[in-house]
Amino acid sequence: MRKAEEIFVRILMMLATFFIIAILLYIIYIVFSAGISSLSWEMISSTPGSGYYYGKDGGILNAIAGSVYLSLGSITLAIIIGIPAAMMLNVYCRKSPRFTLFYRFLLDMMWGIPSIVYGAFGFLIMVWLGMRSSLGGAIITVTAFILPIIIRAVDDVLQQVPKGMAEAGYALGAGKRVMAFNLYFRQALPGIITAILLSFGRAIGDAAAVLFTAGFTDSVPDSLSSPAATLPLAVFFQLGSPIPEVRQRAYAAAVILTVIILIISVTSRLITKKYRKHQIRF
Amino acid sequence: MENRNIIEIKKLNVSIGGQPILKNISLEIPRNKITVIIGPSGCGKTTLLKCMNRLIDLTKKVNVNGEILLNNENILTCTDLPAVRRKAGLLSQRPYPLPMSIFNNIAFGLKMGGRSNPRMIQARVENYLKQANLWEEVKDRLHAPASSLSIGQQQRLCLARGLAVDPELILADEPTSALDPISSQAIEQKFFEIKDRYSIVLVTHILRQARRIADYVVFMYMGEVIEHNNAADFFANPQHERTKEYIQGLFY
Repeated sequence: MRKAEEIFVRILMMLATFFIIAILLYIIYIVFSAGISSLSWEMISSTPGSGYYYGKDGGILNAIAGSVYLSLGSITLAIIIGIPAAMMLNVYCRKSPRFTLFYRFLLDMMWGIPSIVYGAFGFLIMVWLGMRSSLGGAIITVTAFILPIIIRAVDDVLQQVPKGMAEAGYALGAGKRVMAFNLYFRQALPGIITAILLSFGRAIGDAAAVLFTAGFTDSVPDSLSSPAATLPLAVFFQLGSPIPEVRQRAYAAAVILTVIILIISVTSRLITKKYRKHQIRF
Repeated sequence: MENRNIIEIKKLNVSIGGQPILKNISLEIPRNKITVIIGPSGCGKTTLLKCMNRLIDLTKKVNVNGEILLNNENILTCTDLPAVRRKAGLLSQRPYPLPMSIFNNIAFGLKMGGRSNPRMIQARVENYLKQANLWEEVKDRLHAPASSLSIGQQQRLCLARGLAVDPELILADEPTSALDPISSQAIEQKFFEIKDRYSIVLVTHILRQARRIADYVVFMYMGEVIEHNNAADFFANPQHERTKEYIQGLFY
């Protein structure tokens, strides 16, 4: 009887695992098989020519550049604001449980708000400030959208820094700043990189937050105040086209997006590996 | 004239979340001796130890009052916590190396102690690793992660790191409880060797360890100090019933 249960659970878990892998592979297969034929050097290296949206010459360099600028800009802002915010929760406010509970609750709520709402919020702010849809506006909106993600993810790994290690640091006479940036940071670094990666994925992949805030343009943005195209929007707009060639290019854009995320993912794993060796495991 | 006691505790009361943990403790810790605090689990030994370097401040909802004079200065009213904590090196129940290389673990302590000259740090790292009998084992891999050491080596690394802040006091909270017998012996042996330069306060629940190394013994029970005396008198001639029962092994 016991043995039968064991086998049953085992099969259940294998099925679940297989299911996940199958979905992932299927998505990759669909995107690549539909997009690979339209993928060319021209697609990556040039901006849309006249008539591009009717299936004529050009590429999506505008969207690639826009996405890279947008995600790098917002991830940089999110790191600058988010890591100190998470340190505050774990190093400076350790002894105010009510405040930290409230703060974490707020962040969790912010995490749960759909990105289109951030888009609408960003749009309102921009109207209010008299800004045009632009790369800068999109960066601000996307930063607001990924901040709760990065703060809570970093917060989670900081909470796992063992109490004994913190005591050891304080006992050596370390102040809070040294504790935060030399001890907590080093011990949690692999997890922090994962958190950054997670936020990066959300930043580069989201269409709704930038739908109203980035604008869309056929040229590569040359300043924060110029409008910017992004890859998810390029997928979105082209997929809605009645012309088959254009729809196929939407898949090519999706392939490029997937490859960018893969490259970022693999390189950050390699970086993590380098730093993991100093992490003390308990 | 220098006080012959490094620490004098006067009417120390500690409560955590309203629950009294230490009750009206008055005690002297002699200089350059090994003072061993014994007592059953939960009697407040660790809390008392943590008061001596104000690590107790990290505890939530804690209330401390009374006086702890370290070299005649009340550390409970002192506001420069890092300075207070640097006067004591800490060894905890299990070693907590810092997430950096062996070399940097010691250098971290040195830098906290205000030393920044790289050549001096180099020399001192070697010196403290030698003091903790770890140098021979790690001299060829100083820049390897501290996590690659065995647990016994890690505890000696923590001792070296604690010595590097140049303290007068060593606080050890059951420092051998996670170690194998040989590593434990190495730590005890080390305490013997350095006690003419440091005052050592050791918390243990191993009575035999107390008999082996104590110069002075403090017996605690339910948050109170029942008896404290020099080791020879304490074990030969305990004054209180509770102490007698405890050292006869009637309760833990």
